[in-house]
Amino acid sequence: MNDVDPVALTVFLFFFLLVTVMGFLAARWRKVGSLDTLDEWGLGGRSFGTFIAWFLIGGDIYTAYTFIAVPATLYAGSVTGFFAVPYTIILYPIIFIFLPRLWSVSHRRSYVTPADFVQGRFDSKTLALAIAFTGILATLPYIALQLVGIQAVLDVMGLGGGEDASWFRKDLPLFIAFALLAAYTFSSGLRAPALIAFVKDTLIYLVIIVAVIYLPTQLGGWSGIFDSAEKAFTSFNTENADAIAAGEASGKGLIPGMGVSQWAYASLSLGSALALFMYPHSVTAVLSTKNRNIIRRNAALLPAYSFLLGLLALLGIAAIAAGIQVKNPQLAIPQLFEQEFSPWFAGVAFAAIAIGAFVPAAIMSIAAANLWTRNVYKAYITPAATDAQESRQSKFASLLVKFGALIFVLALPKDFAINLQLLGGIWILQTLPAIVIGLYTRWLHRYALLAGWAVGMIWGTFAAYNKEVVGDPGSHFGGSVGPFEVFGIDISENLIYFGITALLLNLLVAVIGTFVCQAFDIGAGTDETRPGDYLADAGDPQVADELDPIATPKG
Amino acid sequence: MADHTPPGRTPLVLAGVALTIAIVAPLLVSTYAKQDPELWGIPFFFWYQFLLVLVSVVLTSFAYFLVIGHERRRRAAAGLSDDKDGGTR
Repeated sequence: MNDVDPVALTVFLFFFLLVTVMGFLAARWRKVGSLDTLDEWGLGGRSFGTFIAWFLIGGDIYTAYTFIAVPATLYAGSVTGFFAVPYTIILYPIIFIFLPRLWSVSHRRSYVTPADFVQGRFDSKTLALAIAFTGILATLPYIALQLVGIQAVLDVMGLGGGEDASWFRKDLPLFIAFALLAAYTFSSGLRAPALIAFVKDTLIYLVIIVAVIYLPTQLGGWSGIFDSAEKAFTSFNTENADAIAAGEASGKGLIPGMGVSQWAYASLSLGSALALFMYPHSVTAVLSTKNRNIIRRNAALLPAYSFLLGLLALLGIAAIAAGIQVKNPQLAIPQLFEQEFSPWFAGVAFAAIAIGAFVPAAIMSIAAANLWTRNVYKAYITPAATDAQESRQSKFASLLVKFGALIFVLALPKDFAINLQLLGGIWILQTLPAIVIGLYTRWLHRYALLAGWAVGMIWGTFAAYNKEVVGDPGSHFGGSVGPFEVFGIDISENLIYFGITALLLNLLVAVIGTFVCQAFDIGAGTDETRPGDYLADAGDPQVADELDPIATPKG
Repeated sequence: MADHTPPGRTPLVLAGVALTIAIVAPLLVSTYAKQDPELWGIPFFFWYQFLLVLVSVVLTSFAYFLVIGHERRRRAAAGLSDDKDGGTR
């Protein structure tokens, strides 16, 4: 364990207190009415413009876990580790295409969650419940992983107490930090992470830019960094040549070789990009904007973060050149900062990562709480709930969600959260047919969608569970890619992200199911949305449908 | 007087092409998974993807201006209000 450095700790605590105060004050920021409605508490009054949305969506996508885990995979020599960059490149054109429609219909029909939309479009409470359930299930481990990010920082700062400290000493700092986060999210709602996101991003940009300019001068330039990484990987591969050939260990490298691993790289990028904007917290951030074009404008502005993420990933390679030796790769980046930076700047860097965990954790817990309130509480328990009751439910649910995530991390092995997050991506992709295709057409039948969802969920879960860790036969959750193979039928040797394979199965079942439902004349329910809803903008009159000349015909 | 005829679909098609390129280019991994040519000691694989980020910004912005222009004309033709403050706050 590391000794506590007083300078680094002081700087860290300063920023921590700063965001705590800001979090509480955020309740008054841009306030119009009372916070007693879900629109105000859970969507920031649907009032955010381009500037705030940029920080908020950025805070959603580029989380503390990303900052720790992406460089960690490159440090560990995984050739697919850099996929996070193409993933965030293709994410924005996809957002540009789909999300304005979701924004418009949600604005016109006062939807707060993606499951609200599915309910309105397909007239099925069960399907909406399935979507909400998937969203909550996928979000919980995601929040838990933000805690893993904070833990890594606290460990390196010497606050974590190392492996053999008592649970009290080890977990107390994390507990305090999270209790404060929960308190100001409770009182300020989505305004808290929106305000804190400014601090987070300023610090992150500062740290990365300094790191990317300063570290190469210490480590023999980028060519020196890549050379020593290559040497390290080559010597590892030579030493373990027998084990690698026997399939008992994975070879290390920088660039995915021909064929199978390139397929893994591409399908992970595509699958993650499709999954991301179906996560409830992305939808929450998007619906908090005040008009339709803000999302499109942000799709052109947000790639600034992708650049940052790429640079950060390269630091994982720099850590090899700097001679960082850690058993847990997730400690590589904090350790690199601690070793190479002066204590006060290391403090800034640690604060940046920790605050980077608070922003998404707050948004995610709000999103999960909204799903609970709208699609379980209001749909099944108290249909006549008032606005104030809804917002009260959400506030308490957000507390529950956060403490659930905390217990998750403290009580269960860390691997469990990581495995579940891997599953979360696969699960959330299974909501794509109902949400994304639903934005364009109602052709897919509600029960067929439900059947497709169930098949995708079950197949994806088993595929990930049955994947063995390399060199450990009989183990589980060894990764998220596998040969393209379903139910014993080999389609291709190429490694494909399980989420994509499950999604293809899901779509197949949904299409076949739709034909079956049509053949048996099973009722498709009533669509409460109208074609003009999907193109509406803020301030449009409700009668815009009739005036709209190129309205999409009903599918 | 403003043109109040509904706009054609050409700008939308062009925007769609730009966005499709931005989505497909990063997925063609075999076109860039190689070591050379290096730039400042960084393998092609890495610096090319940084370049793709910039290309994607250009393509998405191009699509943005096409779609916004189209939407303005559509809304004017439909007699709807414009996005006046631009939502920049």
